[in-house]
Amino acid sequence: MVKVLVLTGFGINCEEETAAAYRMAGANADIIHFNQVLVNGYSIHQYDILHFPGGFSFGDDLSSGKVMANKIRYKKLPSGKTLLEEIKQFLDDGKYVMGICNGFQMLVRLGLLPNSNLRFTQQASLAHNDSSKYEDRWVYCKVNKMSETPFLKGIDILPLPIRHGEGKLVFGNDTMRQIVKTKALNCMTYCLADGTEISEYPQNPNGSELNCAALCDPTGQVFGLMPHPEAFLSLYNHPNWGQIKRKNPNISEEGDGLQIFKNIVNHVLEQREVEAE
Amino acid sequence: MSYNTIERFFRDNITDAKGNSIEQNAKSQLNINTGKVKTAQLFSINYDLTEEQLQAFAEGCIQDNITDEVLVNSYFEPIDFACAVAVAQLPGVTDDEGTSAQMALADFFNLELDVNTQHIFSQYIYFFEKKLSEDQLKLVGERLLGNPLINHFTYVYAGLESGKIEMNYYVPEVKMEIDNTIEFVALEGLKDEELIQLSKVKVLALNLEEMQAIRDYYLNPEIKAKREEMGLPIHPTDCELEVLAQTWSEHCKHKEFNAIIHYEDKVKGEQKTITSIFKTYIKGATDKVAESLAAKGNDWLVKVFTDNAGVVKATDDKLFVWKVETHNSPSALDPYGGAITGILGNNRDPLGTGVGGAKLLFNTNVLCFGPPNYDKPLLTGQLHPRRIMEGVVAGIEAGGNKSGVPTVNGSIVFDERYSGKPLVYCGTGGILPYDFKGKNSWEKPIDAGDHIIMAGGRVGKDGIHGATFSSIEIDEHSPMSAVQIGSPITQKKMYDFMLIACEKGLIKSSTDNGAGGLSSSVGELAEITGGALIHLDKVPLKYAGLKPWEIFVSESQERMSLVVESENLEELFALAALMEVELSNIGTFTNSGFLDIRYEEEQIAYIQMKFLHDGVPTKIMQAEWNDLGLEEPEITDELDYNDILLQLMGSLNICSREHIIRQYDHEVKGKTIVKPLMGPEGRAPQDAGVMRFGFESYEGVAISNGILPRYGDIDAYEMSAGAFDEAVRQIVSVGGRLPNTEEGDGVFWSINDNFCVPDSFYDEVNNPDGKEKLAKLVQMCEALYDMATYFDIPLTSGKDSMKNDFKADGQKISIPPTILYSMTSKLNDVRQTVTSEFKMAGDLIYQLGETYDELGASEFYNLWSVLGANVPKVRKEAAKGLYLKVMEANKQALIASSHDLSDGGLAVALTESAFGGTLGAKIELDQLPNLGSVVRLFSESHSRFVVSIAPENKEAFEELMGERATFLGTVTEYPSLEIKEEGEVLVQLKNELLQNAWNEGLGI
Repeated sequence: MVKVLVLTGFGINCEEETAAAYRMAGANADIIHFNQVLVNGYSIHQYDILHFPGGFSFGDDLSSGKVMANKIRYKKLPSGKTLLEEIKQFLDDGKYVMGICNGFQMLVRLGLLPNSNLRFTQQASLAHNDSSKYEDRWVYCKVNKMSETPFLKGIDILPLPIRHGEGKLVFGNDTMRQIVKTKALNCMTYCLADGTEISEYPQNPNGSELNCAALCDPTGQVFGLMPHPEAFLSLYNHPNWGQIKRKNPNISEEGDGLQIFKNIVNHVLEQREVEAE
Repeated sequence: MSYNTIERFFRDNITDAKGNSIEQNAKSQLNINTGKVKTAQLFSINYDLTEEQLQAFAEGCIQDNITDEVLVNSYFEPIDFACAVAVAQLPGVTDDEGTSAQMALADFFNLELDVNTQHIFSQYIYFFEKKLSEDQLKLVGERLLGNPLINHFTYVYAGLESGKIEMNYYVPEVKMEIDNTIEFVALEGLKDEELIQLSKVKVLALNLEEMQAIRDYYLNPEIKAKREEMGLPIHPTDCELEVLAQTWSEHCKHKEFNAIIHYEDKVKGEQKTITSIFKTYIKGATDKVAESLAAKGNDWLVKVFTDNAGVVKATDDKLFVWKVETHNSPSALDPYGGAITGILGNNRDPLGTGVGGAKLLFNTNVLCFGPPNYDKPLLTGQLHPRRIMEGVVAGIEAGGNKSGVPTVNGSIVFDERYSGKPLVYCGTGGILPYDFKGKNSWEKPIDAGDHIIMAGGRVGKDGIHGATFSSIEIDEHSPMSAVQIGSPITQKKMYDFMLIACEKGLIKSSTDNGAGGLSSSVGELAEITGGALIHLDKVPLKYAGLKPWEIFVSESQERMSLVVESENLEELFALAALMEVELSNIGTFTNSGFLDIRYEEEQIAYIQMKFLHDGVPTKIMQAEWNDLGLEEPEITDELDYNDILLQLMGSLNICSREHIIRQYDHEVKGKTIVKPLMGPEGRAPQDAGVMRFGFESYEGVAISNGILPRYGDIDAYEMSAGAFDEAVRQIVSVGGRLPNTEEGDGVFWSINDNFCVPDSFYDEVNNPDGKEKLAKLVQMCEALYDMATYFDIPLTSGKDSMKNDFKADGQKISIPPTILYSMTSKLNDVRQTVTSEFKMAGDLIYQLGETYDELGASEFYNLWSVLGANVPKVRKEAAKGLYLKVMEANKQALIASSHDLSDGGLAVALTESAFGGTLGAKIELDQLPNLGSVVRLFSESHSRFVVSIAPENKEAFEELMGERATFLGTVTEYPSLEIKEEGEVLVQLKNELLQNAWNEGLGI
């Protein structure tokens, strides 16, 4: 079975539905407190997927995800290494890392995303939404056809809720923006229902550069996004499920967000089969 | 003390979103042109660090190297700005950002640091391009950037020569003399006036009879002997007086809800005496409902009124815990802090019910504000309603969102009488398993010898006298320490810890520390064993300098009191250490019969438990009801229905709350099925929220709120009955089922009632209409009883807030007597729920229920600023008959959309269902009773719905509903509303126009 480690604690609050998502996708998911790893030395290496859920770690103080990212980067585990070093090893072993919302903010601040040069230095940031407000609203996301990350395989347009105040992805300069585009690391963009990319509020809810909703690294092993696929596991999470079901009474009761989790779990299984052969 | 500093600010190429929004708000709200606004943040650090360490910490932990610049031990002194404001906390006010920086520092250097007391202080600095006058700068600071009750402001202008903004930064270090002395207060021989004066000076909020009872207690020979034996003087200690005042506060003892009331109805010529409206009506109703439920084999009522929240059986393996309460007074002073504290405090009620450790499922908020465009001069200490609204909303955003609890339902009521004191109702539902390690989760066992463990935040001066304070009116001398700021993240850590500790069976019982602090939580728990011994020196403090009594009654937030057996201490403390939650073992429960409080070796309080909890004298109050002499107005104007409907859609009590709703997370946890706004564009307002309990089944709960204060201006009984009906019909509308309709159907209902009233204690000079106000309260309770017992819907918990008046400058702003019914009910399958928006063109539209000439206190009359007399009346027999039919129709899945009729009546409900579904409607009113167009369109008669059905269900639906359904028309693809009567077009409006009016109503 595919094993997933869902980290929690210090204000993270989406661990439950995230673990549910992986379980629905057929994996075994453990919810573990950050300090089990950071203080008690609980090993991440027994897992195939490492997940950083959404929430408000340390209340977004200093900047969203920043205090947690600092812990991962600087705090020495009992092994003497930092969690970031352990994660590098984890990735070298061909495993997968995903972050949603606050988890995505951590990954970006840690330099795990977009990580265009694989040097793990911070290349982007999440700033306050242009509206300067926290908002919960549903948006459409379009998958970048050039992206090869297994997380998004077969997905074209995905309606998802965003729930954040600091979701504006900024790259700081044109060079970085160009690299991200060239390498197709901007794997999902905000769009209209028909898939047309859009930069206007509220369809682009935060003013992200490149209208970017998600990033992956060049290996495709690390993936993160601001919207919440784990909040769309059931058709009945969609704000318009009433009309959707009326128009198509036999529609699947599964939410579209689940596909991302299924993709990565199935990908790990396929990889194993390949390796076994 | 000199501090190291780190300052950070955005690089020039980064949008300063916060600065931009301040610029806009200054313009739109204060009419001040600030020009460009730039923000910066300063950290003042008093850890011992070298310059290199400081630089490394600044770059490694504070700076974002994409967006920020940082300066170490030098200040950002821009030349292109004319003035600036620095906003720091006042000493002792929660500074989470500083605390988080401390944690980052400990991680960065891998050091063990004292992170529990404040060593890093954060503040924000705002630079303004335009040179504002001193008054303008102060206005911007105090209205938009901070609150003088909790913030310190430094204002500065650019130097004339340098052109730079140079500032001396303030650091809110707490400096207090350590003073552990105990004061003894002689009561013996004090005259009545002196007792009253003492109560006032010490902010005890006790009346003469209560002060006399306390004086007499200390004169009791038995007590005198006991005190002598303990080495205590016969006079009460300061701590004892404070504990008595807190325990006997209206907030904690509900003295007016337990008072003897002499009620005279001069209209009916009747008199009666009511002994405790709580026991007579509220508990009385639930007792009767419980009998009725039991008679039909419905055994889902588990725990009512005796714990922090009501408990009912939800499913085969889950209990549902439900609590709603108010946090009004603090929200009037500091709306942001008041609302956060309200949410977090209310979250701790389910969390501290029974053993504790309920998993929080959702929040709901109901808010009553003065109009945001209020234009009367503000009284001393009164905050502008708009500012209160924005502060409260921001507080709910911070408190709810950061706790990871979705806000799924709510309501906002505007009325000028809430301009002094707003009402902030916070509700939380949670889930408990039936047992933890084989022990019943809802019970609260405590034995003598069990340890008292304080968990969570530390204790400071914040919130001292909160319980007594909320029991008196606010005036311009209200103590600053009454304000507290919550720390959602401290509580989230404690919440996570409680869940695991309870699951592991390490906690025997728990309760929350809210109003009254330890005094209230330990004092109440100690009733179970009959005593407690507490060592206040074991309580960890935020800073030194609190007097012992202050430690005991402080209301510092994010704390729970846990009951723990000796053998579990070690494991519990280890778990807490891992999860970074501070625990302290502060004493034990005893069966001594006394509350025994020590500080180090000294005895500081020794009060008989029996006197503490039962010694408060019963209040006696007078109520009198007279005819109000109201009449229906005659509106003779030529009516343009298009214009009226547009005005109604934009009116304060009907218009869109989207701007506010979207700031709340309503779907964290992934279990929200009916959110506040639904439909293709997410703009259809819903009648009730719906959550599923878990991912493994589709069982869930519907949540609704009924509140109609303005109806009370005509008839308080009908207001209360109407609010009850509103909450019931909202749940029926989304597909809920009435309880107890079938043998053992297991459909739980759980209500929290929340009464908020102005001072209703008659006083010839200070409160001449007190009798009338109290009569209204009685009438509200009578309706509660009649409705609850008729529908078999039990009240399981609730709250009363009795002194909602704002007094200043010799004036008084009193709220209208207000009752909120917050209802929850079991849904067997959330997939069967019905939302309000029309689903498909061609569907048939009906009105269900009867319209009467009931425009009294309606939104329609409000457009003419008239009240009227024909208030909507609840006809409960007809209502129940209809609801049973709707339940049957839903069982057969006949209804495609359903929206209850409330503010604005039929026309408004039709509009919302139409634009909510991005569809239109063609309506003919001819089949409705001929009471005139105005009544048909705008009467607010209760127990009605607008529904739509698929055409193929017409026959089955009409046969089932009979005369209760009136055909109105069809849903159209074309997004416009057309309403005709006898061939004449009354309303013809495109959705876009209606939506715009609706969206812009709040003016924000």
